[in-house]
Formats: sequence, structure tokens, C-alpha cells
Amino acid sequence: MRYSAWEVFKNGLTGNKGWKPVWRNPEPKTHYDAIIIGGGGHGLSTAYYLAKNHGITNVAVLERGYLGGGNVGRNTTIVRANYMLNGNSQFYSHSLKLWEGMEQDLNYNTMLSQRGCIMLAHSDGQMDAMARRGNMMHMQGDTDAELMGRDAVKNLLPYLNFDNPRFPIYGGLMHWRGGTARHDAVAWGYARAADMRGVDLIQNCEVKGFRIEHGKVLGVETSRGYIGAGKVGMTVAGRSSQVGEMAGLRLPIESHVLQAFVTEGLKPVIDNVISFGMGHFYISQSDKGGLVFGGDLDMYNSYAQRGNLPMVEHVAEAGMALMPMIGKAKMLRSWGGIMDMSMDGTPIIDKTDIEGFFINCGWCYGGFKAVPGSGDVFAHLMATGNYHKAADMFQLRRFETGHMIDETGNGATPNLH
Amino acid sequence: MRINCPLCGSRDSREFHYRGSAKLLHRPDGDAGDAAFHDYVYLRENPAGVNDDLWFHENGCRSWLVVARNVTTHEILSVKLAADVKRGGA
Ligand SMILES: Cc1cc2nc3c(=O)[nH]c(=O)nc-3n(C[C@H](O)[C@H](O)[C@H](O)COP(=O)(O)OP(=O)(O)OC[C@H]3O[C@@H](n4cnc5c(N)ncnc54)[C@H](O)[C@@H]3O)c2cc1C
Ligand SMILES: [Zn+2]
Repeated sequence: MRYSAWEVFKNGLTGNKGWKPVWRNPEPKTHYDAIIIGGGGHGLSTAYYLAKNHGITNVAVLERGYLGGGNVGRNTTIVRANYMLNGNSQFYSHSLKLWEGMEQDLNYNTMLSQRGCIMLAHSDGQMDAMARRGNMMHMQGDTDAELMGRDAVKNLLPYLNFDNPRFPIYGGLMHWRGGTARHDAVAWGYARAADMRGVDLIQNCEVKGFRIEHGKVLGVETSRGYIGAGKVGMTVAGRSSQVGEMAGLRLPIESHVLQAFVTEGLKPVIDNVISFGMGHFYISQSDKGGLVFGGDLDMYNSYAQRGNLPMVEHVAEAGMALMPMIGKAKMLRSWGGIMDMSMDGTPIIDKTDIEGFFINCGWCYGGFKAVPGSGDVFAHLMATGNYHKAADMFQLRRFETGHMIDETGNGATPNLH
Repeated sequence: MRINCPLCGSRDSREFHYRGSAKLLHRPDGDAGDAAFHDYVYLRENPAGVNDDLWFHENGCRSWLVVARNVTTHEILSVKLAADVKRGGA
């Protein structure tokens, strides 16, 4: 069923009895042209673009839990393209353009809200770095980057603490096309659109091994039996090391927990996305009114899909330092997700030495904004065997050849990116 | 999380700094070649179970420690001085 104002109106008059389940729940077939492991944002968008852009519709997405139960439903929904380095710059720019057409393309309201993302600066040196980043964004074609001085930021965000002795606010770099979206809706929208094009979405189906012969992948062993496949793509986020290992790969990845928090619903007060990098704090307000905020990793490797208290305290302190007004808001919930932290902070989208086996991982804490772009370029790679030009620098062998893309300049480490 | 430092006793994990897998103790020889160094610098053991990790007791005795921890439950199974582990003792 296509969604439209007319459908809403018609169903409103007929007791809302006309709505149908959004996707089928098929039994797995014995063989698919392509199997995608992992039903998060990246897996679902890859399946959708395989069908839409390449006409490959005999596709299954295998998800060990339920669709959208992983990081795609746990993140703080920030969408932006204010990256700087060659490799990242063109990719996130490409992804943001797909976001801007997503709702029409999927016929699904993903509630993209381009409310502007600002990164704050606290010294002359940081202002210079922001100017440089803004110029790189303009050169990439994202001309919405605007360097704002202290007064301009004060005008826009009068409630910030501008004279914090450690981190006084000098200004910031605004990215007007950045913003937020409804994360669950992104998963559901791609799932529905993929299903409508014939993709089988198979839930409660854990991949437990690969069948590989003569260097070629033949299929996967799952909790619901063996399923054959012409090609297999891996999009399992925090579980990339384990699934990769089943195929004999060792990856430059370590899994870490990232936490996020939400307060009770409040009247509209924070219009933009504000990122206070020096304090490890960023915040936005959801459409329901809750203040959604987060900070940094817990900083040690973990597969516990929950956080620990020290980071809760650290994030709350940083929030109070930046905007004391939030001190009276009651925090309702906190949660965590498992991040596939790569050793240079940049994703990996590549083929492997196993014919027909493709990997898409290392998204760190920034993979939500990448959902449409990643699906598009990964589907391109799986279908054609060639790298998409927006993602041809995300190859696995960059760690061997010295072509790392280290946006934060932290060197070979998984927990500082 | 609390870590039982062999020298300082049970301390809050905030006093410690996590560095990575304890395989970092075994740096290849200088002439071991690119592949060995690529493996040493970039590839990581990343099991969803018990892992040996290097921690630094930064706000304590400043020893490097090898901490065996179940990274799924955060249960700590043993803590040894990295110097002892490297010497092959303990
Ligand atoms: C607290 C938090 C805040 C974040 N904030 C942002 C943000 O503001 N902006 C941003 O851009 N990014 C953000 N991220 C990062 C972003 O959420 C992730 O990078 C991205 O969602 C990962 O891709 P995914 O959606 O495909 O992952 P997931 O949704 O985790 O999908 C992977 C799926 O694979 C499945 N799977 C794993 N193993 C198997 C197996 N063996 N067989 C079958 N299925 C398997 C899992 O069950 C899971 O559903 C945040 C993450 C967290 C945790
Ligand atoms: Zn100590």
C-alpha cells in the first residue's frame, strides 16, 4: 500500500481497519542471489538499493533478533556531512543528498529535520580549524557551512554558558543542512521499501558460519538451517569481528559501548544540534520534547549492550558546564549500543579475498548518518564488483598500505576516534 | 567496575586507562616485516568473551596491568602486573 494523505483520511473514516502489516514474514528459501547479514540500517538500505538500483530482487536480509533492534534503533539520530578529509568528505556529502530525497523515495516519513548542527570552538586555534573544515565543506559542494563568531552564536543559543573558565565559547561552525531524523522510521522505511521490491526479511535468524569452497562463498549456516547464496554482504556493526572470524577474517576493529540519554518531554527549547566536542557532550531535542544527549565511549572494549555509571556522571557534568539550564530536567533513560570501532575511525567497505563475500563495517559512532550512503555504495560494490566513487577510499588494505583516513588525528587506536 | 590492582588493591576503574589487547606486550622484532607490524598495530583480538587487556593504573601506582575480563559481563577474572606477564612469570 502506498501511504498518502488520502489513505490517512480514508482509514480515519473507516475505523482504521484498512492498514496492513508493513512487511511479510517469509520462511527462508534455500537459495538467494544475495544475502545480507544483519538487519540494521546498513543491511536494510543495502538490500533496498540492490533491488532498486541493480534489479537484484532475489535477496534476503538475515537478522538474528528483530529488525532495527541494534544500533539503528539506539543512536541519537544525528545526520550531518561536516567531515573534512578526502574519503570521508565525498562519502558523507553523498549520503546527506540521499537523506534529502529519502522520504519521497521510500514513501515513508522518516522525519528528517534539517535544523542545523553546530560544533562549538573554544580558542583561536580551534576557530582556525573550524574555518578550514568549513572551507573544505564548501569545496566539497556543501555550501551551507557557516563560520559563526561569538556574538552570532550568542544570538542563536543565548542559554549557553559563554564564559566557562576552561572552555569559553569563541564561536562555532554551523552546518545548516545537518539535523536529526527518526531512527526507527529509517529502519522501517527501508525494510518496507525493500520488502515491496521482493526482498525477504528474515528475523530470528542468526548466521553461525559460512560455507566456503575453493575460495568462493556458497552460503551461510544459520539458526534456521543452511541458506545458499551467490553473494554475501556483512553489515553486523558491533558484531563484525565475530562474523568476520567465521569467514576467517581478522579485522582492525574493536567493539566498544557508547551510551545515550533522554530526559522527560519538555516544551521546545533547543532548536539545533549542539556539539561540545571539548567536553564530550552533544544534545538535541526530539520531536516528542525529550532532550537527547550523549558523550563519548565508555573507553574500554565491551559487548555489554548497556553502559557504566562513570560515563553517565561525566556526560551530565559536561552538559551542566555547557548549559546549566538543563540541570532541572529529569533524565528518564540511558542505554548503550555496541560500536564497531575501527583503528582509524573510518569505515571499511570492501570485497574480500573470498569470492562473493563483501564486508561493510567500522562505522564507529557515526553510522546512522551513513545509512543511505552506505547502502547505496555497498549495493553498487556487491552488484558490479567495482568501488563506488564516493567510497573508493574505504578499502580494508589501507591499513597495510598506510592510507588511513584519520579524521581526528589520533593514530592507530580504536577508542579515541 | 572495580579493578583489583596487585599493588593498590581494589580501586575504581576511573583510576585506570585502557590501552588495548595484551598482545601489545609482544612487539615484533624490528626486522619482522610489514605484515607482522600491520598485525601488531592494527588487528585486534575482539572476542565477545574473556579477553586479556592492558590497563594502566594512571591515578595509582602507574603500573601496567594485564586484566582478564569477560567483556560481555564486565566480570574481572584476574589482574597481573604486565612486567610479570612479559617476563613469563605469574
Ligand atoms: C548511543 C549511540 C548513539 C549514536 N549516535 C549516532 C548519531 O547521532 N549519528 C550517527 O550517525 N550515528 C550514531 N550512532 C552510530 C550508529 O547508530 C551506528 O553506526 C549504525 O547504526 C550501525 O549500523 P547498523 O544500523 O547497520 O547497525 P545495527 O542496527 O546494530 O545492525 C546490525 C545488525 O546485525 C545483527 N547481527 C549481528 N550479528 C548477527 C549474526 N551473526 N547473524 C544475523 N544478524 C546479526 C544485529 O542483531 C543487528 O540488528 C550511535 C550509536 C549509539 C549506540
Ligand atoms: Zn596500582
